[in-house]
Amino acid sequence: MNKLVLNTEGDRHIVATRHFRASPESVYRAHLEPDLIQKWMLGPDGWSMPVCVNDPRPGGRFRYEWTHAKHGGFHITGEFVELVPFRRIVHVERMHLPDPTPDNHVVTTFEKDGAGTLMALCMTLQDAASRAAMLATGMEHGMDDSYARLDALG
Amino acid sequence: MQNLDAAFSAMADPTRRAILARLATGEATVMELAKPFEMTQPAVSRHLKVLEGAGLILRRVEGTKRPCRLAPAAISEIDRWLDVLRQALAGNYDRLDDVLATMEPRDGKAAG
Repeated sequence: MNKLVLNTEGDRHIVATRHFRASPESVYRAHLEPDLIQKWMLGPDGWSMPVCVNDPRPGGRFRYEWTHAKHGGFHITGEFVELVPFRRIVHVERMHLPDPTPDNHVVTTFEKDGAGTLMALCMTLQDAASRAAMLATGMEHGMDDSYARLDALG
Repeated sequence: MQNLDAAFSAMADPTRRAILARLATGEATVMELAKPFEMTQPAVSRHLKVLEGAGLILRRVEGTKRPCRLAPAAISEIDRWLDVLRQALAGNYDRLDDVLATMEPRDGKAAG
């Protein structure tokens, strides 16, 4: 199955795994090439990514901007730490809302798995409060409209 | 959770979610909570009252202070935030499947 598995681990981590029916090379490239990233890294319905700039080498920076007709927009900035072609990407990122959220340290690995690829993602936040804050922040951007609807009623 | 509607309304406010995030690291007093949010203590107290009424925090008396901590119901709310992230990423990776299919035409052969 190609289903995403995502859970917290300890106080500071969020880990995820997902199988893809494509080679590690393709999955790796789709995480780094802006014209590919802009097709899939969009989050909930209604969001698009008009700006996707990156410099994929150790120390290189990136900036991804999202926009939504109703919810406005926000962006992420980050730096690449380590790149092992087709196997591993390490980067640090934070959201700007516009104040920056705590740094999220992300390790993504791509491993051959049968005819496809097993991708594993490990996010590490500074502490439990930062992790809770990052998760809560997701609510701000239309990821969960139920809160907004209840708020309007209240 | 005693009152789900009250909890959802309480969580609809970003400041209140930030307060819960801070309490995820441990107990805090009103003064400790007011500082990072650059809010007056009465303003923080009003938020705490809403959170307490919704069953999301518990408070105890310690001299003149009333330190707050997360109630079990709030911990399950934080799990709900995790569900939101899971849904967002699941949507991303479903789209990535389509992108990958255009990168690697499979000629009808089964893969994965």
